[in-house]
Amino acid sequence: MTFYILDMLTIKNLHASVEGKEILKGISLTVKPGEIHAIMGPNGSGKSTLANVLAGHQKYEVTEGEVIFQGENLLDQSAEERARNGIFLSFQYPIEIPGVGMVNFMKTAVNEQRKHKGLDPFTASQFLKLMEEKKKIVEISSNLTNRSVNEGFSGGEKKRNEIFQMAMLEPKLAILDETDSGLDIDALRIVANGVNKLKSPENATILVTHYQRLLDYIVPDFVHVLYNGRIVKSAGKELALELEEKGYDWIKTELGEKI
Amino acid sequence: MIAEIKYTATEELVELFYQNRSIYYEGCSPAMNEARELAIRRFQEKGIPSRKNENYKYTDFRPAFQNDFSVVPRYIEQKVDLHDVFNCNVPQLDTHIILLINGWYYGRNRKVGDFPEGVVCSSLLEAANQHPALFEKYYNKVAGESEDPLANLNTSLAKDGLFFYVPDNVTIEKPVQVINLLNSKENTLGVQRNLFVIGKNSEATLVFCDHTLNHNFYILNNLSECFIESDGRFNFFSIQNQHNGAVNNTHFFASQKENSNLLTNSITLNGGIVRNDLKIKLDGEHAHASINGLILADDKQHVDNFTSIDHIKPNCTSDELFKNILDEKSSGVFAGQIHVFRDAQKTEAFQRNNNVLLSADAEMNTKPQLIIDADDVKCSHGATIGRIDEDALFYLRTRGIGEHEARLMIMYAFADEVLSKIIIAPLRERIEELVDKRLRGELNPCQHCTLSCSH
Repeated sequence: MTFYILDMLTIKNLHASVEGKEILKGISLTVKPGEIHAIMGPNGSGKSTLANVLAGHQKYEVTEGEVIFQGENLLDQSAEERARNGIFLSFQYPIEIPGVGMVNFMKTAVNEQRKHKGLDPFTASQFLKLMEEKKKIVEISSNLTNRSVNEGFSGGEKKRNEIFQMAMLEPKLAILDETDSGLDIDALRIVANGVNKLKSPENATILVTHYQRLLDYIVPDFVHVLYNGRIVKSAGKELALELEEKGYDWIKTELGEKI
Repeated sequence: MIAEIKYTATEELVELFYQNRSIYYEGCSPAMNEARELAIRRFQEKGIPSRKNENYKYTDFRPAFQNDFSVVPRYIEQKVDLHDVFNCNVPQLDTHIILLINGWYYGRNRKVGDFPEGVVCSSLLEAANQHPALFEKYYNKVAGESEDPLANLNTSLAKDGLFFYVPDNVTIEKPVQVINLLNSKENTLGVQRNLFVIGKNSEATLVFCDHTLNHNFYILNNLSECFIESDGRFNFFSIQNQHNGAVNNTHFFASQKENSNLLTNSITLNGGIVRNDLKIKLDGEHAHASINGLILADDKQHVDNFTSIDHIKPNCTSDELFKNILDEKSSGVFAGQIHVFRDAQKTEAFQRNNNVLLSADAEMNTKPQLIIDADDVKCSHGATIGRIDEDALFYLRTRGIGEHEARLMIMYAFADEVLSKIIIAPLRERIEELVDKRLRGELNPCQHCTLSCSH
């Protein structure tokens, strides 16, 4: 008899297309609770597609393979069901939604999740208290949370807002899509600190990033290189440094030799 | 066949007027009666508007006039107290409430609060006789310039409506709420004529609510003239919630003197065919007009907002915001004419029309039309027609908000930009509630009425 910890996420041979063009060409990946996985790769390799497919974007069509999240078929679930079950996508380009206030937005989201768990919705005062507490994690100010969702936010403010939402929703699996892009070094530090504070043995993180720089602040357990829709190399955190040093052409050359 | 309908309805109305002229003249002031003769000839000349009339390119009124309609040239006492049968959901608001029935000032209106001295808020018919000098100074002075057939039909058949006069230097804090009810055992053509005068440095707010009390076919031909003297401020909000068999043609003419300020907002929640025709004349320097509208339509509803702003004098500003959400087979129209006269230098005129179509069968026609005869002006216009932003929808859903709720949030946010122009907070909040209900499909044109109606 063997005992084992249930994997949080298992991706098996995942193929996905957009407008008939295949972007993901057979991805397999396993993520356990407490782990941080970095997915690196050159532009156009399919990193953002993977993040969006996991979050349930309808633009992408899964043509083959399966994804099991906490023992259930993820691909059968709508985007909102995935979110309620604990998936969180931090967007590369967070969407501005004029007229939808941050407070109303977050209150609706938090209470939908509570309803899903069979809990009573938060009252206004309970909710505001939670918000005050979580705002500190990413040093986000009230003049941002009193505005419409992302409207007129700077690039850095938008990314901070993503991590703030993550703090509010406490996901099991956070997928951070290019969270470092467009951030100056101070904003990067604040965002990375936020992610690190939210880390626990029960949750897991997938970092999608082009550059190694974010990984100085959020240290991954595994680094995977995505190239042309496939994971072509997986190793520990040292792989990120090697990539930084040798560039993605190194991977291409190495692959060229193999193929 | 169509030509025949035009002939029939137009000629029948003209004949109705000539044969019953004495009834139309009865009890009215000379100013009202003198205006009728030219108006009926103008109406006859152009006829009930069809698409051939450039200003009615997308709204053909002829089919609506195919039914038989009764007209109400004399006041008919209602059998029940309308205060008891109708509860408008906008109030719970502190307003002066006035009921109008089939275009007539309701005979059993309760005492209309305490207005400051000199304010007149009464039946138009009555005011014309009691304040002839005041009445004649303003009556038909802007509407009378119009060639529009339906405006002229109104002038020829009008007998009553609301007269609202605010003398100089008076601010009326409480909004005056006018509830227009249509209630008759037969299909009815209601004609209502209103006159509003806002004196120098005075301020007032009117809220018009248009309702139907049963499911007969109605045509409401409603015309308001509004004069805002120098430094006057006038807010005019209209909420239209009528059933799909109702045809509502509302004209709003305004003439503004220097430094005056006009804010209008037309919120159309339900109705069969609705046309709001607004004509604003900025006839004094530094006058400002903010003209706004929101349409929420579904089924086969058709709503046409037709606006026209004349910048006659220099240094005036105007801005327009019209937003529409159209579902199912509904259709919407926006026309925005801006005419900057030759001497109107330093004019600033901005116009925006944004539309969301929720179904493939919904239709929107939008037509900005700028005529600029001055050279030192700032004018802009923009129109968009789109669907619900799928990226925004996905963003909300990734936070656990269900698709239906997410759509509602986005639609509400879209609409709320127009509602945010309603500067009176309690009124805005009530209207926000109505819009939210409407978007959720929970607002029925009948639900505030306790008349037992067979439908």
